[in-house]
Amino acid sequence: MRRGPSLFNLASLGLGLTFLYAPIVLLVVYSFNDSRLVTVWGGFSLRWYGELMHNEQLLASVWMTVRIAALSATVATLLGTLAAVALTRGGRFPGRTIFSGAVYAPLVTPEVILGLSLLLLFVAVGAPRGFWTVSAAHTTLTLCYVTVVVQARLASFDRSLEEAAQDLGCPPWRAFLLVTLPNIAPAVAAAWMLAFTLSLDDLVIASFTSGPGATTLPMRIYSAVRLGVTPEINAISTLLIGLVATGVIAAYLIQTRGVRRASR
Amino acid sequence: MDPGADGAVTDGRLNIGAIRSSFAPWEDPAAEPLVRFEKVTKRFGSVTAVNAVDLAIYEREFFALLGPSGCGKTTLMRLLAGFETPDEGRVWLGDNDLSDDPPHRRPVHLMFQSYALFPHLTVEQNVAFGLKQQKLPKGEIADRVAEMVALVRLEGMERRRPDQLSGGQRQRVALARALAPRPQVLLLDEPLAALDRKLREETQFELMAIQQRLGMTFMIVTHDQDEAMVLADRIAVMQAGEIVQVGRPTEIYEAPVSRYVADFIGDVNLFEAAAVSAEEGETRFAGPDSPGGYLASTDEGVVLDGGLYLAVRPEKMVMHLDPPPEGPNRLAGKVLDIGYLGDWTTYVVGLESGRTVRAARANSARLVERPVGWDDPVWLTFAPDAAVVLTR
Ligand SMILES: Nc1ncnc2c1ncn2[C@@H]1O[C@H](COP(=O)(O)OP(=O)(O)OP(=O)(O)O)[C@@H](O)[C@H]1O
Ligand SMILES: [Mg+2]
Repeated sequence: MRRGPSLFNLASLGLGLTFLYAPIVLLVVYSFNDSRLVTVWGGFSLRWYGELMHNEQLLASVWMTVRIAALSATVATLLGTLAAVALTRGGRFPGRTIFSGAVYAPLVTPEVILGLSLLLLFVAVGAPRGFWTVSAAHTTLTLCYVTVVVQARLASFDRSLEEAAQDLGCPPWRAFLLVTLPNIAPAVAAAWMLAFTLSLDDLVIASFTSGPGATTLPMRIYSAVRLGVTPEINAISTLLIGLVATGVIAAYLIQTRGVRRASR
Repeated sequence: MDPGADGAVTDGRLNIGAIRSSFAPWEDPAAEPLVRFEKVTKRFGSVTAVNAVDLAIYEREFFALLGPSGCGKTTLMRLLAGFETPDEGRVWLGDNDLSDDPPHRRPVHLMFQSYALFPHLTVEQNVAFGLKQQKLPKGEIADRVAEMVALVRLEGMERRRPDQLSGGQRQRVALARALAPRPQVLLLDEPLAALDRKLREETQFELMAIQQRLGMTFMIVTHDQDEAMVLADRIAVMQAGEIVQVGRPTEIYEAPVSRYVADFIGDVNLFEAAAVSAEEGETRFAGPDSPGGYLASTDEGVVLDGGLYLAVRPEKMVMHLDPPPEGPNRLAGKVLDIGYLGDWTTYVVGLESGRTVRAARANSARLVERPVGWDDPVWLTFAPDAAVVLTR
């Protein structure tokens, strides 16, 4: 028999959720505000969403952000999956501990430090800062998340399937492509989603590593807010939240579906 | 299967049991083995999983590896399939040294104990997997898949995925997948372990039929001795990484080379004995359990010494309810326990010397005139040629 949640549990759940989501709900609600004043409710309207469509600068930074996110997520997924394969399938190769430490380090490095060191690197090699440097920096940031997700799936993946493929005539790389990859595909897709959303909402590293002409959406919002919050910012933020939430939920769904199928 | 055809051991004494067929290339010195292990050793850290194994397997042979858990059976197979590399020694397939070939270049397929079916592929695609790697034309692949699916009787299930099949069906898919590319040697690692007894027996006969029909060489791992006896042309018994005996099922059962083999295959009574005198083809022994001593047939001369053992199978013990005449091979005691198995009954008899002996009797009649009960005094005798003299 299961008892329902106690009053205390309900209260703490409510408090927690309020704490987490009240600001966001407020932002979303005010994005539909007809009034130009952010703090005064002037009736429901989609006016600011309409204005967004004419704000060339904002649209340009949205496009820039999406391109960076897609590119960095793709590269990070490729590299991160390879790193996961090396860590789970490589056996005890020399330097394995250092390698796994190195892969996970960005996970715990403060973003400011990561951004600063990347900036120093780009300056040192004389790379012109812009789209490519931000993409590279985001690849560095998200690669370790990809590795964590894919490695977890690989660890629970039955090795004898790969052996069976090799036994039937596949060289190891083809066994990976034909047998392992299709089976871990949900985890890889989830990892890509995660990398994409991480890149999408990153401000700190992007600020360090971008240059003129490569302003990402979070950077644009941040600088706009310094001049005062406009309802337009609320609207674009709402869209961003929607996109990130969709990405995270999709990643979650893809992965749980994969796990359920694998454990059947 | 013609029992007793030529090829059976014909030197008189060892003419034992039913012989499966005249197939016996291992007795032909001119025959070239298909698979040859040459002093192969494999260590995992401090564990020697396979120790200096020499083994030859011939074309079209059904060869069984038998031994307790952890004795190195799987490791030996993985050495042949290429998933382990020997620390010492070589593995040959015909005239080719396989030692440096990776698994995908060996014409040897392994049917995994866990089946290892590809979960994202249908039955059909699983079976076709190895054929596609051989780059056969599409039409031929389709034909071969249909043939294999029919062979393992999975028609109508071609489009299913492994998670939509029962355990027995999965096992047959795994068999079809490993068979389809026609490997020179098919390795089966406890292929029937997951099946219930009935399905298991059916599948055993299916396996034998398939092997005969396709004329392939099979090597099977099992720790079920009945399975090995039914299936195999020859059995190798392993102990702690070493092969202690290789022979036909009948040889292994009736002429074990050591107490370990005798005890591992079937039930056996072992009597300590010392050889005291030799006559033409027979040797007299003394031992603590039999006041009249023992008389056993011995082909080769036995060194007149102690430290020997006589092995007698329970079903070769004759049980008497009235005292038989005094003489050798005569044990007196009383019934301690009775195990009724339906077709057989096993009696545990406590001897005067204090040890227990097993005797088995076929229940050939439904009603017995004088049933044997607990604590009844009985006498056991056995024929001189029922005992095997063991030095180890
Ligand atoms: N990859 C490995 N690493 C370390 N030790 C191993 C490895 N594989 C096998 N061994 C050891 O080698 C020995 C032989 O193992 P193997 O799997 O060949 O036994 P087996 O005869 O197949 O046993 P079972 O009947 O239980 O399957 C065991 O002691 C086992 O612990
Ligand atoms: Mg095993």
